[in-house]
Amino acid sequence: MRHRTLVYACAVSIVIAIAMAATSSVAGQSAPLEKPRAVAKTVTVAKAYAPPKTPDGQPDLQGFWTNSTYVPLERPQGVTKEYYTPEEAEVAIKRAADREAEQTEPGTTADVHYDFSQFGLDRSQSTFAKTLRTSLIYDPPDGKIPQMTQEGQKRVAERAALRKAAGGQYDDVKNMPIGSRCIMMGGAGPPLQNAGYNANYQIVQGAGYVMILTEMIHDARIIPIDGRPAPPSGVRQWTGVSRGRWEGNTLVVETTNFNGKNPFRNGSENMKVTERFTRVADDAIEYKFTVDDPSTWSKAWSAELPLVKTDGPIFEFACHESNHGIANILAGAREDDKKAAAQRKPSSN
Amino acid sequence: MNASVVSGFSRTVIAVSLALSMAGAVAAQSPAYKAPRTPDGQPDLQGFWTNATYTPLERPNGVTKTHYTPEELEAVLKKAAAAETAQTEPGTTADVHYDFSQFGLDRSQSTFVRNLRTSLIVDPPDGKIPPISAEGKRRLAQRAEEQKRLGGRWDSAESNQLDDRCLIMAGPGPPMMDAAYNSNYHIVQTQGFVMILTEMIHDVRVIPLDGRPAPDAKVRQWMGVSRGRWEGDTLVVETTNFNGKNPFRGSTENLKVTERLRRVADDTIEYKFTVEDPAMWTRPWTVESAMRKTVGPIFEHACHEGNFGLYNTLVGARLEEQRAAEDTAKKSSN
Amino acid sequence: MQSRLLITTIAAVSLAAGVSMAQAPQAPAARPATRPAAAPAYRAPRTADGKPNLNGIWQAMNTANWDIEAHSAAPSPVRDLGATGAIPGGIGVVEGGSIPYLPEALKKKQENQANRLKLDPEVKCYLPGVPRAVYMPYPFQIIQSTKHIMMLHEYAGAVRTIYMAEQVEAPADSWMGWSNGKWDGESLVVDTKGFNDLSWFDRAGNFHSDALHVIERFTPRSADTLNYEATIEDPKTFSKPWKISMPLYRRVEPNAQIMEFRCVEFVEDLMYGHLRKQPASK
Repeated sequence: MRHRTLVYACAVSIVIAIAMAATSSVAGQSAPLEKPRAVAKTVTVAKAYAPPKTPDGQPDLQGFWTNSTYVPLERPQGVTKEYYTPEEAEVAIKRAADREAEQTEPGTTADVHYDFSQFGLDRSQSTFAKTLRTSLIYDPPDGKIPQMTQEGQKRVAERAALRKAAGGQYDDVKNMPIGSRCIMMGGAGPPLQNAGYNANYQIVQGAGYVMILTEMIHDARIIPIDGRPAPPSGVRQWTGVSRGRWEGNTLVVETTNFNGKNPFRNGSENMKVTERFTRVADDAIEYKFTVDDPSTWSKAWSAELPLVKTDGPIFEFACHESNHGIANILAGAREDDKKAAAQRKPSSN
Repeated sequence: MNASVVSGFSRTVIAVSLALSMAGAVAAQSPAYKAPRTPDGQPDLQGFWTNATYTPLERPNGVTKTHYTPEELEAVLKKAAAAETAQTEPGTTADVHYDFSQFGLDRSQSTFVRNLRTSLIVDPPDGKIPPISAEGKRRLAQRAEEQKRLGGRWDSAESNQLDDRCLIMAGPGPPMMDAAYNSNYHIVQTQGFVMILTEMIHDVRVIPLDGRPAPDAKVRQWMGVSRGRWEGDTLVVETTNFNGKNPFRGSTENLKVTERLRRVADDTIEYKFTVEDPAMWTRPWTVESAMRKTVGPIFEHACHEGNFGLYNTLVGARLEEQRAAEDTAKKSSN
Repeated sequence: MQSRLLITTIAAVSLAAGVSMAQAPQAPAARPATRPAAAPAYRAPRTADGKPNLNGIWQAMNTANWDIEAHSAAPSPVRDLGATGAIPGGIGVVEGGSIPYLPEALKKKQENQANRLKLDPEVKCYLPGVPRAVYMPYPFQIIQSTKHIMMLHEYAGAVRTIYMAEQVEAPADSWMGWSNGKWDGESLVVDTKGFNDLSWFDRAGNFHSDALHVIERFTPRSADTLNYEATIEDPKTFSKPWKISMPLYRRVEPNAQIMEFRCVEFVEDLMYGHLRKQPASK
């Protein structure tokens, strides 16, 4: 296997994907997979796909996968149905793709940002997962995150107050976004989220374990499947602590013990995430998650985010090691402060 | 002797009666003595031992013979014991120091090793440490410079003595020397190892017997690194890799010590050692001494943990300087 | 409810994912029991005097010395050490999870923890006490003879003498206590009393009084591992006895040896630097 290690802060997408770019379309690809099934039930009908097995008998989820997609988590305003028609889906994708290309218009706020399409980082130039869903959330049926509890709202207000009290975003490294600080990014979860670019994963299974490596920021979740309990509540981690088990061909992973410092949609450290991975085709894993956090939402809610096969290898994402961005931004902000202070002072010339 | 626990006082009583009951030279063993064996077949050196002795390392000035008569020895011992008690005369420099005889710390109240020899050094034959080499002179001058740079004894912890700093004392060596009091050791053996625990400051030497080599020269330790082997009934221990921070009579990090321990009676281990350090002396020199059985257990010597002395003397010295400075300021302003 | 999931891929490049395609469906792997069934008792080789042989160099491999209770990773208490001084997370070694402190004692523990750079005896290279000596991140050597078993710790050269033949009553309080030992089948059982109240159980401020009584069991579980358990009793500090347990691992590399770690020298500047004569003597 080739080994290529790229130590840029922004990974470069696979060259091949750029070459394949313009021909992104449904036509000519493998036939769309349809599985009539009830919600929250794994495939049982005749056309069911039988996944290969690992040497120790686990259904094989191994390989390189991406959850890149244009489908939003919540149903867009004005949309009420759960599924688009194929034509409507294409329109939605094109609109989103155009917006990505738009970012690079000189004079726009995103002007200083790199040209996503130039580096092939935009979703349309890479593998991405298509679905006719109008939102990833399927429960509640309106496709939106449920109403927050009073406690949840209070926590949101407290967090906002703390942020305000901490000062400007560039006053202190601790006021900057967690991803900019290279601590962790959304792709790792759990639950797994679309990272926006480089939304790549590698799954490797060994006897008694499933490992999920998220490209950004080389986060590896080690999931034991031997039935051991979660650790005491004194253990708190950014990605929580995961415990897995197989139910038929579905890997069910429960995660607790979050430290609450990177709240998923403003959840608390008492959040429990249940994920379900089922390989439904050679090149696809059905990925569903349920978020259960009674101190934040009045009910649990669920979403489905498909994982589709992509090319390896996963490149090393040495984010912190080359994080010139933070040093430069803070230095620049301090320069700005000095200039502002000098201007305020009556001239000493 | 059954080493059941007894109070400190009765320990002293037993030791005194032991000392008084001993006569003559150390080597009062039966020529046919064969040391018992440990379960894995090593000659058994195990137990509690002391190397306290009145015999000086070097032959005293004015003495030319190698051995005293028994009567001469008694006179020497009496004088030495009197010197220890004399320390406590009010008005003497040692007045502030504790009364050795009161705490039973003086050698005469404990088990000690008697020796008709006039010095522990048996080679060179004049009983003195050999002359210092050219490199040795250079090293000594270097050390004097360094000590000057560090300053007076009470200037800092680092400029004080190793024993006051609770870093290391005379007992562990190697070579193992009389620590002046509490000069006690515990030897424990197991398959492939001999362990020697020195009471002050709970120093442990673990001596492997499996023939492994000394480690790389980059490993440097206060007690060096020891390697042992049995030659018949004699345990031969070679020690190198010293860090040179605790010179033995001036030795450098190049010191090599070869010790020989042999049990010659139930209550006696013959202890000999040869010291080599071409960076300090023109030739190696050799000592013969012994260890006598004593009563256990070894008490924990938590020196550093209770080292109020170092702290208090530093505080006192700084206060004195402050006062002296204030006095000078007052005088000059008058 | 029916749902239609449409998934397509775009990149048709050949993949090296190593997915095996041609396998007959098998039963999913049987889920192992929650805890492996207790292994049949291991019988250690014997010493020449017929006892389980515990000779060797042993070391714990966990974060107990940082905190014997479960804890998450945390920054270094000394900023300039960066990640080298940061605290790794651990699932804890206390059976049942929490130490049963009496209410007043718990307050003292919290005070200890908040001031640990000043108060932790390990910072000053003081003797570690028991059981902390066993799980410090440094090895210790067991030298086993008939009448005495020595435990010789690399950290601060700490020494424990386990009296096996005669039972020794503590003649005075000490940092490492006074230990009497006996064999119970395959286990060495060590009963230790006579502690002072100056040592801690870890860097997190867990502490005890001079009423501390520790009963340990060292049980060989394989050629190169021991099972270590310690029951802690101290009615002045805890509402009931509690227990810790962990494996100890043999240092198997050739010529393994305990190195000197004479840390008294390393803390002189910390402890006495402020009393240095200023300016220095010329």
